[in-house]
Amino acid sequence: MTATSTDVDSLLGRVQQLLDEHPPATTDRLEFLRAQYDAGLAWVHFPQGHGGLGLPRLQQLAVDEALRQAGAPTNNPRSIGIGLGMAAPTILAFGNEEQRTRWLRPLWTGEQVWCQLFSEPGAGSDLAALGTRAVREADGWIVNGQKVWTSMAHEADWGILVTRTDPDVPKHRGMTYFGCNMHDPGVEVRPLRQATGEAEFNEVFLTDVRIPDTDRIGEVGDGWRVATGTLMNERVAIGNASAPREGGMLGMVTQAWRDRPEARTPGLHADLMDLWVRAEGTRITGERLRQQMTAGQPGPEGSAAKLMFSDLNQALSGLLLEVLGEDGLAYDDWTMRRPTEVNFSGARSGYSYLRAKGNSIEGGTTEILLNIVAERVLGLPGEVRVDKDQPWKDLPR
Amino acid sequence: MSGPVVASAFPSLLHGEHEQELRASVRRLLTDRAEWRSVLARTESDAPQDLATWQLLASQTGIAALPVPEELGGAGASWRETATVAEELGRSIAPVPFLGSAVLATAALLSAGETQLLAQLASGERTATLAVPLSTWPGSDRAWTVTASGSALTGTVTSVVDAREADVVLVPADGPDGPSLWAVEQFDVSPRTSLDMTRPLGDVTLTGATGRLVASGQAARTAVDDALTVGAAMLASEQLGLAEQCLDTTVAYVKTRFQFGRPIGSYQGLKHRLANLYVEVTRARAVARYAAACVAHGDPDTAVAVAVAASLCSDVAVLAAEECVQMHGGIGFTWEHPAHLWLKRAKADQIALGTPDRHQGTLAGLVELPVA
Repeated sequence: MTATSTDVDSLLGRVQQLLDEHPPATTDRLEFLRAQYDAGLAWVHFPQGHGGLGLPRLQQLAVDEALRQAGAPTNNPRSIGIGLGMAAPTILAFGNEEQRTRWLRPLWTGEQVWCQLFSEPGAGSDLAALGTRAVREADGWIVNGQKVWTSMAHEADWGILVTRTDPDVPKHRGMTYFGCNMHDPGVEVRPLRQATGEAEFNEVFLTDVRIPDTDRIGEVGDGWRVATGTLMNERVAIGNASAPREGGMLGMVTQAWRDRPEARTPGLHADLMDLWVRAEGTRITGERLRQQMTAGQPGPEGSAAKLMFSDLNQALSGLLLEVLGEDGLAYDDWTMRRPTEVNFSGARSGYSYLRAKGNSIEGGTTEILLNIVAERVLGLPGEVRVDKDQPWKDLPR
Repeated sequence: MSGPVVASAFPSLLHGEHEQELRASVRRLLTDRAEWRSVLARTESDAPQDLATWQLLASQTGIAALPVPEELGGAGASWRETATVAEELGRSIAPVPFLGSAVLATAALLSAGETQLLAQLASGERTATLAVPLSTWPGSDRAWTVTASGSALTGTVTSVVDAREADVVLVPADGPDGPSLWAVEQFDVSPRTSLDMTRPLGDVTLTGATGRLVASGQAARTAVDDALTVGAAMLASEQLGLAEQCLDTTVAYVKTRFQFGRPIGSYQGLKHRLANLYVEVTRARAVARYAAACVAHGDPDTAVAVAVAASLCSDVAVLAAEECVQMHGGIGFTWEHPAHLWLKRAKADQIALGTPDRHQGTLAGLVELPVA
């Protein structure tokens, strides 16, 4: 779908009206964001009444640019990425009207932060093996279990939660999906310190957490389908704007190369040029994907993009340390910290090198993504499955 | 120091509707006339090039005329469409003088402003080539091995593509009057046995030959460099098509070949490699399209775009062909399967018009990342 100029004009008219009625200079930040949501200018591809206007997704770019020029506040999208990218599309697709109305507005304005309660110590790549139990009670559900790798759980008000509700059927069938109130007294969040020294993730212990049935998303037993929908959104997340050449990690390496003639050797130069070419190729691939989506022909390139990204980020951050030489031996700070937003590359060399190791694990390991590309894109036969028809409770673990 | 400036707006990187139609008609014709067994049989015959198919392609689909303006007898399309054709020719490895005549010679003539021979090449009635070793890269001095003394040309140019059947060779020459480019009809070719059996090479020898002057001075230098740059861009699309062919064929094979009671494509040892190859082909498609678009519109980013595409697509085509051979197992190593033809084309293409390393060397200068 391509926007006609008339569409964009009338959209920008709405933006102007919002700015006239709520001048950013004299309007409280939250008040402005709520008004933006109510005007349908939060995410224009969402339906009317839920922050959108039912327009093509890319038209949001024009809105954001006009608001930026007018000095309007933002909802700090980097700090609420899980809510925007994963919880919101799931609530929209699988939640009921009451849930959409109750959850989406404060999610978008950032008044309520969301996290993702999926992975467990015994269920990583094999998410469907998860064992957090939800048991039906008269007025709702009682949940017990442990989740892990939960980014931002310490800041979160809500979590999207997948649970086991029927252990007697094969694993994909007995799951149910909820919105979990993170302020419930049974929710305990403990920092999980990672190789970088900081604790970006958490372990979340759920002990007799009470969830009302009105917070169930989708049907009982249909949790796998809902969770798969969430994970599709995780991998579709692709930048709206063209990335600049030599952006991101490559820019850090090329700057170090230009700043440090003494570091240059033929071997490092060969590595540098090889990675420059691959990074530029990845950037152009991202642009091609964007053009395909704009033209309404989403291609399978999306699954390839994450594989390219993690591979490159790791290689570039490793090369950076070598170019920095003696300075690459230093690390700025091992102090245990709890970041408030996720930064995939960071600005510091040693940190970048270590953090990039997570890129091929988070959001689907490289090995799982290769399975997905091989089986869903290339149509190759699946693995031999030994667990498909067994009840979940009988699986070896 | 800041990095290189880049054009702010991207051209379209997709295949337009008319390109898809062109692709379909070229593929139909090639499927009919250049099935791999007949291509293989021809490599051991007296006529390694299939000029009849070339003339059919030119007359029925107009592929030799695409980048030539309509007023000069061309189709008034652009190098973008030519690149789409190159993808199909990479898929089929049909032995037609596309690279020599419709790409290198045509690009040199367009750059030099020559019109007479250009129209003949566009119609397919004659073929030509650029007399440089096929391994020459854009900007290289190796294109200039012939000496011009007045209008007498003397010298030997080795490994010239599509020379044996060419009616005309465009000869870059150097001499007391500076660089010049000549259209020569009297020349000797001694065929070489080429690694890529489907793309014959020949050594062109000139002994005081005369020709028609096409360009001189800086214009001659520019014409040759433009031809090599356009050539590298079109070759990247050929490499893309070849890589797609190898990937598609291998994926189809591992679904049907059973060992240990399972299709071999169900083993991660193979499926992960194929998924990785798919990722690489995806990247190759994006950069090949970008290079073709830049060449088509004379974009200021052309030199960078072509160096990136040539560097990436060369290696992806070789990887795809090597994986194709390996994953087919024993049959992939025989004369009776097309994999060896694809491997030979891929390896030769990696060297043609500059190795990846040469292109990365050029790129290092363009983006200000000096080696020392």
